[in-house]
Amino acid sequence: MSNRKPETGGFFQRDWTWQPPAFTPAYKTSILRSPKKALMSLNNGPSEITGPVFGHSEIGELDNDLLLNFSSNGELPVGERIIVHGRVLDERGRPVPGALLEFWQANAGGRYRHKKESYIAPLDPNFGGCGRTITDENGAYSFRTVKPGPYPWPNGVNDWRPAHIHFSVFGHGFAQRLITQMYFEGDPLIWKCPIVQAIPDEDAVRQLVAPLDMANTIPMDSIAYKFDIVLRGRRSTLFENRLEGN
Amino acid sequence: MTQPLNYLKESPSQTAGPYVHIGLTPNFTEITGVYAEDLGIRMVNDQTEGDRITVRGRVFDGMGAPVKDALVEIWQADAKGLFNSPSETRGQADPNFTGWGRCPTHMETGEFVFETVKPGALPFNDGRMMAPYISFWVVARGINIGLNTRMYFSDETDANAADPVLTRIEHQDRVPTLIGKRDGNTVTFDIHLQGDSETVFFDL
Ligand SMILES: [Fe+3]
Repeated sequence: MSNRKPETGGFFQRDWTWQPPAFTPAYKTSILRSPKKALMSLNNGPSEITGPVFGHSEIGELDNDLLLNFSSNGELPVGERIIVHGRVLDERGRPVPGALLEFWQANAGGRYRHKKESYIAPLDPNFGGCGRTITDENGAYSFRTVKPGPYPWPNGVNDWRPAHIHFSVFGHGFAQRLITQMYFEGDPLIWKCPIVQAIPDEDAVRQLVAPLDMANTIPMDSIAYKFDIVLRGRRSTLFENRLEGN
Repeated sequence: MTQPLNYLKESPSQTAGPYVHIGLTPNFTEITGVYAEDLGIRMVNDQTEGDRITVRGRVFDGMGAPVKDALVEIWQADAKGLFNSPSETRGQADPNFTGWGRCPTHMETGEFVFETVKPGALPFNDGRMMAPYISFWVVARGINIGLNTRMYFSDETDANAADPVLTRIEHQDRVPTLIGKRDGNTVTFDIHLQGDSETVFFDL
């Protein structure tokens, strides 16, 4: 970590033209799970600008290696071996060190390891589908996995999710809390997906599409995709009223 | 022309989906042996200071059905009103209290449960004291962006009546949606995503 003092400014206001609205009827489950009343705007205070810290002691050595963290006898999961890497930044372009990233995904056949999942594609005995890591002092992270398969889901009669990896991100303040999904460059299902289409702006969708990154592939081993994540930026505290009120 | 501001845009949110447990509470969904235990399942230990409480409740959809695939996170001050975070500038929080909890709603009952302590009061931006509260963040399939709300306490009638946030709510008949009902050491707080008793959610 740098010797920079922890920041205590409030976060930039969220851009609701960039974020998906709650009510997106083409994604049917949102119909009954969307608040209908206006959100109440509240300036950030101590409970928003602070957040829990996760240490490397809580993270196991294989937590960022989905190729090995569930495998039995060192057998590898089936699928394209990929490296996903990138940085967590805030809206000012500053790296967010010490961010906790948790990710989960289907296996190469598009099947999740979950009680409620019934897709016909088989489970892979060597693939659990979860991982986590903490960003370094430059906000950088990476993990190894297999490329997840697309899968059908009950929404329309013939809706398919594009291949994707779910990400949960903890920055430095609880008001930065974010869950999103990473998609893969060139997947034709991206632009047909009602969950993707919940995002109102095409450029915003592109922000979730990870490009193939040949410069970071490991020859004869794994190909790489680069996925940067941006969290809300912080206002400068220089001229702000003191939160303590004195 | 002017110089560009060059700010980045926050990554768009996407739903946590039906399988959020795989990533955030894998042991809960029987993916064992990857993480020793799920994060956020323990907020207190034997030495934690303060009034021990159990916070429980359910998340309901617009038809009044419990949401059985949600995930709830809470973040709160310790008994003295301080957060266990490097960005806390007002003092040193109780090292035996994490302040952060994570709980999936039960797959049959839809219930979430947190063993915690009652938070101390802390100041609003203008210096006035706020009534004690716990911040909630709710995600689930069908929720495109995580929902922020707060739980205040029914045994804080006077503090709630003077609270700078609660008193600012335009439709005062919605205030009860933010009050957890305390009975002994149990505080019950149901969250309604939609409908007549829709919970007040915040744009923080
Ligand atoms: Fe998924």
